[in-house]
Amino acid sequence: MSLLQVKDVSMFFGGLAAISDVSFDIQKGDILGLIGPNGAGKTTMFNVVNGFYAPSKGEVFFKDRKISGLQPHQICKLGIARTFQVVKPLQRMSVLDNVIASAYLRVNNKGEAEDIAREKIKFTGLHDDIDVISKGLPLGKRKKLEIARALATQPEMILLDESFAGLNPAELDESIEIIRKIKANGITIMIIEHHMKVIMAISDRIVVLSYGQKLAEGTPNEIGSNPLVVEAYLGEAESA
Amino acid sequence: MKKNIPLIILAILAVLPLTGTSTYMLHIVILVIMWSIIGMSWNLLGGYCGQVSFGHAAYFGVGAYTAGILYTKFDISTWWGIPLCIIVVALFSLVLGFIVLRLRGPFFALATLASGEVMRITAENWVDFTGGTMGILIQKRTWVDKTWYFYIILIIAAVTFILVKKLIHSKLGYYFVAIREDQDAAESLGINTTLYKTIALCISGVLTGIAGAFYTSYMGYIDPHVAFALHDISIITIMIVMVGGVATFWGPFVGALIMVLLAEFIRSMPGLGTAHQTFFGVLLIVIIIFLPNGVVGDFKKLKRLVGLGRASS
Repeated sequence: MSLLQVKDVSMFFGGLAAISDVSFDIQKGDILGLIGPNGAGKTTMFNVVNGFYAPSKGEVFFKDRKISGLQPHQICKLGIARTFQVVKPLQRMSVLDNVIASAYLRVNNKGEAEDIAREKIKFTGLHDDIDVISKGLPLGKRKKLEIARALATQPEMILLDESFAGLNPAELDESIEIIRKIKANGITIMIIEHHMKVIMAISDRIVVLSYGQKLAEGTPNEIGSNPLVVEAYLGEAESA
Repeated sequence: MKKNIPLIILAILAVLPLTGTSTYMLHIVILVIMWSIIGMSWNLLGGYCGQVSFGHAAYFGVGAYTAGILYTKFDISTWWGIPLCIIVVALFSLVLGFIVLRLRGPFFALATLASGEVMRITAENWVDFTGGTMGILIQKRTWVDKTWYFYIILIIAAVTFILVKKLIHSKLGYYFVAIREDQDAAESLGINTTLYKTIALCISGVLTGIAGAFYTSYMGYIDPHVAFALHDISIITIMIVMVGGVATFWGPFVGALIMVLLAEFIRSMPGLGTAHQTFFGVLLIVIIIFLPNGVVGDFKKLKRLVGLGRASS
């Protein structure tokens, strides 16, 4: 059963088409990798799914319910959580308070919210920093905090926007482990990532975007051997 | 021990009128308590929820005029203004919030600034209803003695105190701070930022309005320049919280105490009395540079600064 359906979505900013006519489905329990060169429209796609943007054309369905056009907080309540590429911790709050604030989505009492928060913080391996004011956290831990916070809303699906960028190899391994654990808990994942090794290793399916258009879709093996994808990436490398 | 501090302060204040305090002293204490209420309510919206309002005079004035107009138009005691203004100011906050809460940051601040001024000009020109610049004079004062006024404002303050304390430790409090720290992140965590900002604005407005309604009963006279004053209400409210400590629980009390005493002190100085705004301006600059978190927020730093001063002299 497909959990999320993106149908012919286009997003225009003035005359610029950041996304044009992109469609794909995500099956429940899968990890879908969203890749593409810089400026391909990956984060824009997240912003459309998450409700920050209403698509200029097309529709997004979550559990067969149309969600495009809803507000981000409504979409979150329906069960889609996200992290940000440019991390947005609630700076002057402690790690615990950050996660409690998002746990309050499903519960109204402080004790329950705190229980959920502590569990998610442990899950992401942040328990040593639980009382640290999040402003002072290093990037790797802020990225984990983003994940903990998203999980505390008890989503059915989570959108991870470059949760691995800027991490050292040890942190990278930990994060891959966290993602595997999220999947094991039955949460569907859509992930944007530049680390090819990581994305190839963890994704069930991959969608490739380039200049706002869907270039290819398939399993990691199919994508790896697709000449169009190779060209898009090498072309990027040449011009850089 | 620390938990009992509010009770101890309340007990001391409660017996204060019995100790033969002079009328003037009691007046000062009443003003400090009234300003603490306004400070607490501003702090809820500006300190915790991060929506910095430069127009709290609008809520104060609407509260004050609710009480005043009850008296002039309906011949009902101004005291009924306190319960009635809860409804009036809540509705007013909803309407105003619908407009100003669409804006963020400095744009919100400017819109609130304008809203206070719009209310003042409206009150000046709607002569039939508000009495215009002639203002409203309450001829039948309830009491000549200040004791009862003192107890009434003390009760309002105690209720406000409990309400704010409960609020900031609840789900609402977490949501307010989340909105302050990052509105986009808050929204994506499932927080309906528009709704919760409106709630913060309504609570803050109503509490300020109650203080305004009390002011009418207490002072017995309001006019648009007093009740909707930009400098003497909107700006002073911000100063109280800034001096005391933004988003700290005790900040508004400490700030109100410092500001009211300072205002009285400067006004009593011959030749300088009219320049109190200038002093406040200088004080604000000093606070921003040396104690950006206010006296309460930077208390340790303040102790250190004072300690250093002693050591070097």
